[in-house]
Amino acid sequence: MASDRSASLSISITELTKSYGDVFALNTVSIDVKAGEFLTLLGPSGSGKTTLLMAIAGFNRPDSGRICFGDHDVTVLPPHKREVGMVFQNYALFPHMSVFENVAFPLKLRKIGTEEKHQRVMEALKTVQLSDYAERGIDQLSGGQRQRVALARAFVFGPKILLMDEPLSALDKKLREEMQIELKQLHRQLGVTTVYVTHDQREALTMSDRIAVINEGELAQIGTPREIYNAPANHFVAGFIGESSSVPVTRDTAGNLLYDNIKIGKAPAGSKDKKWSLVIRPERLSLTEPKARKTAGRIYFQGKISELVYQGETAIIMIRLNDGQELTARVNTRAGDDVDTLSVGQSLRVAIDKKDMIIIPGEAR
Amino acid sequence: MPTPLSENTDALNADKLKAAERRETLTILALTLPAIIAVFLVIVVPVGWLFSLSFLDSSGQLSLDNYQKMIEYKSYIRVFKTTFNVSFLTTFLCILIGYPLAYFLSQIPKKYVGLFMLTVLLPFWTSLLVRTYAWLVMLQRNGLINNFAIELGIWDTPVKLAHNLNGTLIGMVHIMLPFLVLPLYAAMRRIDRHALQAAANLGATPVQAFWQVFVPLSLPGVVAGSLIVFVLCLGFYVTPAVLGGGKVILVSMQITAILEDQFNWGAASALGVVLLVATFAVLLLASRFLKLDSVMFGRR
Amino acid sequence: MMWFRSAASETQITHGQRVWLYCLAFIIMCLLVIPTVIVIPMSFSDSQYLEFPPQEWSLRWYQEYLDTPRWMNATVTSFKVAALTMLVATPFGTMAAYGLFVSGSRLGKAVFFLLMTPMIVPVILIAIGTFYVFGKVGLVNSTLGLVLAHTVLSVPIVMIIITSALRTYDLNQERVAQSLGSTRIRAFFEITLPQLKFSIMTAALLAFLTSFDEVIISIFLSGGGNSTLTKQMFSALRDYIDPTIAAISTLMIVLSTGLMLGLQFIGDKDTRND
Repeated sequence: MASDRSASLSISITELTKSYGDVFALNTVSIDVKAGEFLTLLGPSGSGKTTLLMAIAGFNRPDSGRICFGDHDVTVLPPHKREVGMVFQNYALFPHMSVFENVAFPLKLRKIGTEEKHQRVMEALKTVQLSDYAERGIDQLSGGQRQRVALARAFVFGPKILLMDEPLSALDKKLREEMQIELKQLHRQLGVTTVYVTHDQREALTMSDRIAVINEGELAQIGTPREIYNAPANHFVAGFIGESSSVPVTRDTAGNLLYDNIKIGKAPAGSKDKKWSLVIRPERLSLTEPKARKTAGRIYFQGKISELVYQGETAIIMIRLNDGQELTARVNTRAGDDVDTLSVGQSLRVAIDKKDMIIIPGEAR
Repeated sequence: MPTPLSENTDALNADKLKAAERRETLTILALTLPAIIAVFLVIVVPVGWLFSLSFLDSSGQLSLDNYQKMIEYKSYIRVFKTTFNVSFLTTFLCILIGYPLAYFLSQIPKKYVGLFMLTVLLPFWTSLLVRTYAWLVMLQRNGLINNFAIELGIWDTPVKLAHNLNGTLIGMVHIMLPFLVLPLYAAMRRIDRHALQAAANLGATPVQAFWQVFVPLSLPGVVAGSLIVFVLCLGFYVTPAVLGGGKVILVSMQITAILEDQFNWGAASALGVVLLVATFAVLLLASRFLKLDSVMFGRR
Repeated sequence: MMWFRSAASETQITHGQRVWLYCLAFIIMCLLVIPTVIVIPMSFSDSQYLEFPPQEWSLRWYQEYLDTPRWMNATVTSFKVAALTMLVATPFGTMAAYGLFVSGSRLGKAVFFLLMTPMIVPVILIAIGTFYVFGKVGLVNSTLGLVLAHTVLSVPIVMIIITSALRTYDLNQERVAQSLGSTRIRAFFEITLPQLKFSIMTAALLAFLTSFDEVIISIFLSGGGNSTLTKQMFSALRDYIDPTIAAISTLMIVLSTGLMLGLQFIGDKDTRND
């Protein structure tokens, strides 16, 4: 199965809305998925990400909006005509059929001849490393193996779009991490547009070309993993991905954003937000010599250590700043390093490079 | 539907999507059509017709004659009284006898339940007629019970056990018992074991824990089972007809008698309507006091 | 003796303390079973008074049953009606249960209630009502009328069984099948139906037995040469006690118990093979 990106389709979702009674599951969501890309829909439970995936598959009907695969408007197309491969959270394998029959099912529906069917099924099983399991019954397989059968069944008929609803959530941690890498490799091999749903941010960061963060039925931000992590657009994304702590930032009449009377940025023209925050990733804070001279290009924070937590390869230092704000720093615990000399109650000065600063409108929740 | 954030008040595709939704709902409900038609032909139309017949007097005019007669004729009032009495007594006896059995079944380890449950299921699977016949044979003057009792010296002359209220009750209780035991057993199984352990830990003796914790928790099951039994008894025909010997006349028997003897559809249908209303009234009353389907089918 | 002191519950109530319950339950179970099966030995009694225990054993009442045209015709009618009821009620009920389960619309709730009315309306009313209405269209004493009425009686039971089976069934499999290109109908027949096999068999069997054992409607709607077995038995019971009934009863017990136990056996084998 050659990697042929021109054979996969883009997905464009326009103003998709779905409500159940008074609650919006999706509120005029618009997303464009590029052909061949691996896009993850990331969000907490109940955020609407699964609802969105099901709408793309055709299993729930939105109240309004448009869904297109390439140039083709599929909004009212029934699910069995959409030609998408789908992997469900609980795999939904057919228990009364063998592994081979499960994977062959979509080919049988398309009336593929016996020889070609056999060849394609065995090729698919080889791709997921289950060639020897063709004649087994479903109940004889482990969780990870069932997942692979579900995968093989989803791509054997050559769909141009693949949808996955938290397929790894039922596996234990180690297996999950192995499968994440395997899925990424499979995606590279097949080149098929893939939309992947998960609530696990690490999984999203590991596997995706781009991540769409969904919260309460709306798109919070869409971007590459780096963009999402380093430049979250709002407090939800900043809080949902990675760890962070924040301090309030003031805005003067000229539109300058100031922390500790140092200008750290400028509010964009036309912005009405009065309150801003400086969001800090704990691993970007470094310990500094208390008496050393301040370097330009860095922002300094002075305070006392309120908590020290050793966590193996890193340690968390919680600092109560002189103005009462709390910051969290995460430092490596290399042997002979400063961490061992620290103690609760000790004065500490930490610094962050200006380029690592994340400035977001509004107050942290 | 709440207003979405989009400036567009004409939501994209909304009408097309709604139409598709409607189409799908109708297609699915069409699957129920054969059953609906059948129920319509056998229940709705006939019962509706009975309703209308009850409001026609002997000359075919619209009147409340039939209902008036029901209030006036002592025999009708007696029939209703008998029916309610028999139903109450049967239900009460079923609870008395069925509760210990259900309790037993709910307390033994699950693997033995199948075996003992057979003793409840066997009569349940056996034809009503067969069981009624068996009781008739046993309760007769020269039937089994009398013969055994006389042989063993329990009593000297044959006791009249059939063709009277006693025989009817015995037969009906035997028929109705599985209808009480099965839902009651299911409800008892669902009682949280930890509640009884907590009671014991807090100082309750087994007897106290039983009366103050278990029994109240089992009451919804008792009510559900009793309801089924009571409603079934109200309309019951076969067993009282055979074992009552013409002395115990229930509503269903009265209806049949009126049709057989006088072919008076007005009176018969009026009685039928009252029976139907009584049945629905009982069910309505009960549904106010408990959530029937969660008790009968378990929480989803 | 040790058993008496061992625990019978998580609250350390011993078996010994529960002996009274075990005895009481045993008595009740006997009271349930004995009247049900007592006719079996009695049917082999040679005497016309059906002695128990039989003084002389014989098969004369069985012979009587086979020799009397009235009983034989009735038996054939009953089997015919029950088989037809099973063949009609099972698909009607299964389709209805599936349709309602998948739809989840508010209209569905009303339909469900409507389809459950045969269980709520007293059977005597259904009997006289259909007697009147069918009489006007000439369906009394016909197989069609009786099968229709029995079907309606059986549909609620079929629906309850199938609905309960659907609750434990993973409907996602149908969605997957659709995503793979199968139409809804095909998905139902190829994926769902094979997995509901056992429940459908149970429902079909119960529909059969419901019709076969049904008395009241049969009394009104069947007659003459088309009478069912139950109608004949009822008339016989009311007028005189024909000892042949003991033989017929025994055969009926064997039929229903055999079918139900057979079903349980198949069910256990099914789950053991999984």
